[in-house]
Amino acid sequence: MSNAVSALNHASYQGFALVEEMGLQGMITLRGDFADATFQKAVKDVCGQDIPGQREVTVADGKGVAWMSPDELLVLVPYSDSASAAMDLAEALKGTHALAANVSDARVVIRVKGENAREVIAKIAPVDLSVASFQPGQIRRTRLAQVAAAFWMSGEDEFTIVAFRSVADYVFNLLKTSAIKGSEVGYL
Amino acid sequence: MSTRLSNTGRLVNRSAVKNFTFNGKKMQGYEGDTLASALLANDQMLVGRSFKYHRPRGIVASGGEEPNALVNMGEGARFEPNQRTTTTELFDGLTCTSQNHWPSLEFDVGVANNYVARFLPAGFYYKTFMAPRAAWKHVFEPIIRQSAGLGKAPKEMDVDRYEHFYAFEDVVVVGGGIAGLQAAKAAADSGAQVMLMEQTTDWGGRAPVDGAVIDGKPADQWIDETVAALEAMENVTLRTRMMGAGVYDHGYITGYERVADHTPGDGRPRHRLWRIRAKQIVTATGAIERPLSFAGNDIPGVMLASAVRDYVVNYGVSIGEKTVVVTNNDDGYRTAIALVEAGLQVPMVVDARSEVEGELPNKARDLGIRVEAGKAIGKVKGGKRVTGVGICLQNGEGGALEEVKCDAVAMAGGWSPVVHLWSHCGGKLIWDETQAHFRPDANRAPTGANGEAFVLTAGIANGDMGTTEALASGDAAGKAAAKAAGHKASRKAAPKADVVAENAMAPVWIMPQNAGPDLRMKMWLDYQNDVKVSDVQLAAREGYESVEHTKRYTTLGMATDQGKLSNINGLAILADSLNAEIPQVGTTTFRPPYTPISMASIAGEARGEIFQPLRKTPMHDWIENNGAHFEPVGHWRRPYAYLQDGETVEEAVKREVKNTRRKLGLLDASTLGKIIVKGPDAGKFMDMMYTNMMSTLKVGKCRYGLMCNENGFLSDDGVVARMDEDTWLCHTTSGGADRIHGWMEEWLQTEWWDWDVYVANVTEQYAQVAVVGPNARKVLEKLGGMDVTKGSLPFMEWAEGQIGGFDTRVFRISFSGELSYEIAVPASQGRAFWDALMEAGEEFGVQPYGTECLHIMRAEKGFIMIGDETDGTIIPQDLGLNWAISKKKEDFLGKRAQERTFMTNPDRWKLVGLETLDGSVLPDGAYAIKEGDNDNGQRNMEGRVTSTYHSPTLGRGIAMGIIHNGPDRMGEVIEFGKVDGTMVKAKIVDQVFFDKNGEKQDV
Amino acid sequence: MLILECPYCGVAAEETELAAGGEAHLTRFGPGSSDDDFETYMFMRENPKGVNFERWRHANGCGKWFHAARCTMTLEVFGTYSAQTYEPPADLIKAIKKKRPDWPGYGAHK
Repeated sequence: MSNAVSALNHASYQGFALVEEMGLQGMITLRGDFADATFQKAVKDVCGQDIPGQREVTVADGKGVAWMSPDELLVLVPYSDSASAAMDLAEALKGTHALAANVSDARVVIRVKGENAREVIAKIAPVDLSVASFQPGQIRRTRLAQVAAAFWMSGEDEFTIVAFRSVADYVFNLLKTSAIKGSEVGYL
Repeated sequence: MSTRLSNTGRLVNRSAVKNFTFNGKKMQGYEGDTLASALLANDQMLVGRSFKYHRPRGIVASGGEEPNALVNMGEGARFEPNQRTTTTELFDGLTCTSQNHWPSLEFDVGVANNYVARFLPAGFYYKTFMAPRAAWKHVFEPIIRQSAGLGKAPKEMDVDRYEHFYAFEDVVVVGGGIAGLQAAKAAADSGAQVMLMEQTTDWGGRAPVDGAVIDGKPADQWIDETVAALEAMENVTLRTRMMGAGVYDHGYITGYERVADHTPGDGRPRHRLWRIRAKQIVTATGAIERPLSFAGNDIPGVMLASAVRDYVVNYGVSIGEKTVVVTNNDDGYRTAIALVEAGLQVPMVVDARSEVEGELPNKARDLGIRVEAGKAIGKVKGGKRVTGVGICLQNGEGGALEEVKCDAVAMAGGWSPVVHLWSHCGGKLIWDETQAHFRPDANRAPTGANGEAFVLTAGIANGDMGTTEALASGDAAGKAAAKAAGHKASRKAAPKADVVAENAMAPVWIMPQNAGPDLRMKMWLDYQNDVKVSDVQLAAREGYESVEHTKRYTTLGMATDQGKLSNINGLAILADSLNAEIPQVGTTTFRPPYTPISMASIAGEARGEIFQPLRKTPMHDWIENNGAHFEPVGHWRRPYAYLQDGETVEEAVKREVKNTRRKLGLLDASTLGKIIVKGPDAGKFMDMMYTNMMSTLKVGKCRYGLMCNENGFLSDDGVVARMDEDTWLCHTTSGGADRIHGWMEEWLQTEWWDWDVYVANVTEQYAQVAVVGPNARKVLEKLGGMDVTKGSLPFMEWAEGQIGGFDTRVFRISFSGELSYEIAVPASQGRAFWDALMEAGEEFGVQPYGTECLHIMRAEKGFIMIGDETDGTIIPQDLGLNWAISKKKEDFLGKRAQERTFMTNPDRWKLVGLETLDGSVLPDGAYAIKEGDNDNGQRNMEGRVTSTYHSPTLGRGIAMGIIHNGPDRMGEVIEFGKVDGTMVKAKIVDQVFFDKNGEKQDV
Repeated sequence: MLILECPYCGVAAEETELAAGGEAHLTRFGPGSSDDDFETYMFMRENPKGVNFERWRHANGCGKWFHAARCTMTLEVFGTYSAQTYEPPADLIKAIKKKRPDWPGYGAHK
């Protein structure tokens, strides 16, 4: 898979926050019954994490899992492992009602980093991003201007944003525009 | 003349000179000036012309209510018309020009309207331009268009940036006067998260101008201390230059921040539209002074008394040497006193009240000002500038008692609370008899998601006219808002102000009381739209009793100031004419925004390359660099055709069709929707979603399927592949993936939630390439890998394996009638796979082809296209697709609907092929004409064209269409109407024009 | 602009995250049903001035459909609840009744 290229090939922009495409990230959409022990074990085996609570995300060492809806998780693994991880999940869940779909290539992952990173997002998402309301460990699915997206804080001043690959350019340019120096809001 | 004074001006910094131009004339002002104060300091009173009569217009107000002083601001890419000088901060290098006049501000031809004003009353246009009808297009409209309009439209693209910002607050306080400051302080002291916004650059509002004393300190000092205290609080956000633009449902409030209007080109966004959710909103928006209606009240030099005071106290600008103050209340005397204290002359205070006593009038008398009680201004003398006023009795008809020379008139007609934000979301008003104004009715506040009130009001905006009352209501509103937002109200007491006793105002709606028609038609209500007392009275006589109708008939309050000065006065005139009480007549509706905001701020970031999301496939860059002529398909951009050197689009399409049919073509089919359906009940679910039987499809096989909505109409189509025992992969149309995915989720979540089925939209996971043409197999075999021979991978089957080292899933399906493989690879490898195919295909004559070639090839084969053959009223049976509708299934979405008599009627138009006798291409959408007319006198029709192309393969026009009894009329010649009125004959034929037996695709 | 709390992900979502889905608790009539029943299912919709039950989807969010009880006059939201139910929960109906004593009750028109 040496010829695999991410949507924006690591494009970056330094505004009042850094906006950069993170390259390929393994991702598996996993649907099933969170209460089912087989399901829980399969998740743990593939990414080393327990099933997160509502709107929570846990990531460690390039692996993790995010709560997407009451019957949907987003499993994060290294890109090179994604196809096999999807197969492992399917195998482990055989006989239970579940769906594991590799969506690693269907996404773009962009990171926004900097002291005012919250403000970059708050210009384009109808979400309360105050320190009191949004913290690392939480994931939010919403819209960024005109497209659906999800994001979480991957550090104190850092957001990881997941959007559809086809609109990678749009999302990157959107974040870039939001981060232009001189447009700091001084609010969050 | 108006000029700069040396001894006043609390807001201007005389050490910072700002240069600007007005109509090319160089002028100077100071930092802290508004454009209006700077113009006045340069004796530029005349700033524009009125809309209808082109009368000279001067500055009337000092804030957002200004109706006259609108200018064309800036140049080139920063040009913007209709900018209010009173709310424009002066900056170095500002350029502006006056508007709505021709050829010049000083000499305007349009003023001729003024001399025939008698013949241009309310409703003139409606009454005059009725007939003859033909004249409208060629005579009336061009003339009206020439003379209408305010500023000029910008010619260049705006170079500035604009943005939105989402904020969430417990309490938002709008208005940074003393009531707003105290409200914010009280809410913040109670622990609430508070935002306070002020539309101007300065805190404190009118209190310092009016000389208020708070807690024993001058207002300025109290304001500075309070702002400093608020700034020090973690839970408070203070923003100046930010106007509360609108209040909407569920605590949504927009704030219009003019970030860089005064620093153009400094790299910051020009405007920021804040989209705020507040648990509680406090409107401390102050009040606007009303003009008085007397003859000639629109002559430049006649100004609101509060504005005259503002210009003197805040900006050190005198409006005239001698100012006559005309009032119906005590507050007007503050202006007289301020002027005299600044060393200016006030020859007379004309007070309409018969008895004038009290603290302020007596102070004026003590200063030697002549106070005339029970008097009125009968007329104002002057043309482009006031030269004097005629004084008369208020309760008379206007007979002049004496003439007073003056160069300015300050009018004080009482105060109207700014109730706009209160009213935007349904807050109701009550009429206050004492103050003669509408104020918010606290018992009928706007209610939010929980059914409770979410807007409070404070200060003069609530009708609390005294300083102490304003502070007290601000304090109470702040505490109540914090409490409603879930905090415990602070116990701190509200500050107190020195009380200035004021006597009651007298509601005076025209001056003098018994003025005759000649005077009434010179009493302006709406300065910008030229609506006078006589116009409203005429409207009432002509039967316009509703205030909403009168507004539209007379255009009162319909200008860019939305009647901030004129509405209450106009309402009072209407009520009087109808012999009704003012509250019975009611107000017109207050709608956001409070004052006009830039369209660009509403658009926010959505312009240029991020105007809308464009979806791109992994091959997009290659396509763009290889001559693509794009077309939009949903939000995707797909290549319509790839143009080679010197080719027209038509030539390229022809070449692509011929090359694909003879050699090898590649289509980027990545946009096709791909949805996985999996689970124990997936087969049952598939049978409901599709008209076909999908549960019996064998693993490894493909089947073309149709989807209908519950109304029976075709909604989408595509090839379904059975992946394993409990998994299906559904291909949808390019524009349909999200819609069909949502449709499946809807049924699973809301109707069949007990069925064990999961769906996942994996459209973008794969890049998909259609490898099409007689050489398709050769190029795949050259790349090497999995067996793609007919024996191993027959038509309508799929298989997974490697091709050229890529992990692929290959579908033997064909939308062109050619030997065709649709090959999916992970999107990240899409570009590499495409490049490999192009390289390997060179010896086989490979060329990429676009969507038009795709469309032509499918039409040559008689395949339908969703959106061409279907339009939301077509059932599969109309298109001869009965073979794809299972008769064994008890139910599928749309089945019941298709059983309705209208759907089974044999008279429905049905799909056939069409061939013109002369070989030409039928016009798209053309109707087939039948003998006779229908009941409406229109020609009868018996069908229409749904797809029509020139077929390069057949060298002639081909078309599909739905025709009455079409399939039974093979060989018949019918006529289609063309746009030019002529007819074209076409023969009804089989819709499959090429390779009728499907031999080419199945090799 | 409305805010509705999605009962599936707990987000108080503003309207731009949501997609409206029309009247709630329709009964589907398929093949074999009478013309009247099918017409009612397909076309006839309540349009009350007051308490209304409707479907929404948290489209720019967790993607789930849910139900909302809302006043069409004041836009007061009485509650949101699961899409997997044939009628509004009893406690919600009770709460609405308490707030709107004149409300004839769920299904009173049918």
